Amino acid sequence: MNILMESDVMATLARYFELDFVKRAFVVGILIAFCASLLGVTLVLKRFSYIGDGLSHVAFAAMCVAMISSLSNNMLLILPVTIVAAILMLKTGQNAKINGDAAIAMISVGSLAVGYLLINKFPPSTNVATDVCTTLFGSTSILTLSDSDVLICVIMSVVVVIFYIFYYNKVFAVTFDENFARATGIKASVYNTSLAVIIAIIIVLAMNLVGSLLVSALVIFPALSAMRVFKNFKSVVICSALLSVICATTGMLISILNDTPVGSTIVIVDMCAFLLFSIAGFVTGRGRA
Amino acid sequence: MSLLKCENVSMGYEGKVVVEGLDFQVNSGDYLCIVGENGSGKSTLMKGLLGLRVPMSGKIETGDGLKHTEIGYLPQQTVVQKDFPASVREIVMSGFLNNMGIRPFYNKEEKKKAQEIMSKLSIDNLAKRCYRDLSGGQQQRVLLARALCATKKMLLLDEPVAGLDPVVTSEMYDLIESLNKEGITIIMISHDIHAALKYATKILYVSDKPVFYDSKEAYLESEKGKLFAYGEGGAK
Ligand SMILES: Nc1ncnc2c1ncn2[C@@H]1O[C@H](COP(=O)(O)OP(=O)(O)O)[C@@H](O)[C@H]1O
Ligand SMILES: [Mg+2]
Repeated sequence: MNILMESDVMATLARYFELDFVKRAFVVGILIAFCASLLGVTLVLKRFSYIGDGLSHVAFAAMCVAMISSLSNNMLLILPVTIVAAILMLKTGQNAKINGDAAIAMISVGSLAVGYLLINKFPPSTNVATDVCTTLFGSTSILTLSDSDVLICVIMSVVVVIFYIFYYNKVFAVTFDENFARATGIKASVYNTSLAVIIAIIIVLAMNLVGSLLVSALVIFPALSAMRVFKNFKSVVICSALLSVICATTGMLISILNDTPVGSTIVIVDMCAFLLFSIAGFVTGRGRA
Repeated sequence: MSLLKCENVSMGYEGKVVVEGLDFQVNSGDYLCIVGENGSGKSTLMKGLLGLRVPMSGKIETGDGLKHTEIGYLPQQTVVQKDFPASVREIVMSGFLNNMGIRPFYNKEEKKKAQEIMSKLSIDNLAKRCYRDLSGGQQQRVLLARALCATKKMLLLDEPVAGLDPVVTSEMYDLIESLNKEGITIIMISHDIHAALKYATKILYVSDKPVFYDSKEAYLESEKGKLFAYGEGGAK
């Protein structure tokens, strides 16, 4: 009985993997999960998690505008807008004079409202509710990727990974102690700005996979899980990248087999992993009490 | 030419002056102690020397070919987040980054030197440990090791012994003294006037009217020095 069910599952999966759009979805999903978790460690440690959240809302607004103006490729609008927003948010977050947190919350909620209003007033298709839902939760979009979407995603992922490997040590230094880095002559602001740009790219890419409301989860959960168990930067980065890829793959498989929304399934798998890692951290005495 | 020169420098925050009228210079091999009450602007001045803050007026110049990438810095209480995952080796090695240009990874020489510095500060057995699981004294040593990786010329130390017990404190002072004897110029902020008198060659007293003493003997002769060093309000 058991064996029969197993072979049944395998057969179903084999059937799915013959389809091009499923293969594409997996390639894109794994790349995005990998990049998001790499940067996630820095984002969490620099207390930038809220920027990721704010950015995803800005990206939502940009996506709405892009859909209305029916561009050839939505990325052309969304990417630059989100990058500019990321740099602005980073600057406001560092400015002691104004309340950065509140300013970012205002921008992010404001964009959500503007985006929703625009898409309702100038509907690009007859089914606004589905469009909005897709943008927010990424429901089916991962399975409707075009070849150019995949290409953009692959190129961007390669850029992110090269940047990260090349500047890995400097990113560590600037994350750990920015004052020391600056005092000894490292141009911290250059790295901060590059990080902001990369974060924006990842948010936009990840929106395809899990939708704008769930993007943050993809970025922060693997990092938080890894930090429960590992105590040095390198292990945390490696663990979080592996974990993220495993969770994304598992999530996508479950979603195909059970016909659940891709984004939320991945996030729930990430949550389960966080729970496991917390327990592991606690049991091995490495986690905080 | 001196390594570092301040001409009528004033420092402050948002238009409010914290310390003004600073006039002094530091030569190669000096051991300068900056003393003064809490909140008198010692750390602010050090941030100016490091280029982290721009002076409100006056000039801070480096000379003798001293570059910014040749300065080591031990901050006052680095507030590291509670759960930051970083091993001792990772932190110490990060001191080299300022001199690596665009080279992304550490080379053999740097790895060897980091090992030497860690042995010298007796933290080589901690290399794999997580920074935030260490005691205060061990953490200070790690940050000092990082500062040493960043420089061969000049070390700026902001209250390096704050919060350390007496034994560890005197070990730390001995260590700094031996570094100075090896030729590294030291600029140290301290609350501890007795230590300053014991080790320093020059003293800068920071208050609303800062005074620079070219030697510690000159400081001891002065009214301030007598009050601060021997008086009951003395070493805090
Ligand atoms: N970031 C800051 N913004 C505004 N004022 C500050 C800041 N940091 C320090 N100050 C003020 O500057 C004065 C000098 O501080 P500091 O240089 O840290 O003193 P010290 O190191 O001598 O104890 C204090 O009155 C302090 O309140
Ligand atoms: Mg201070």
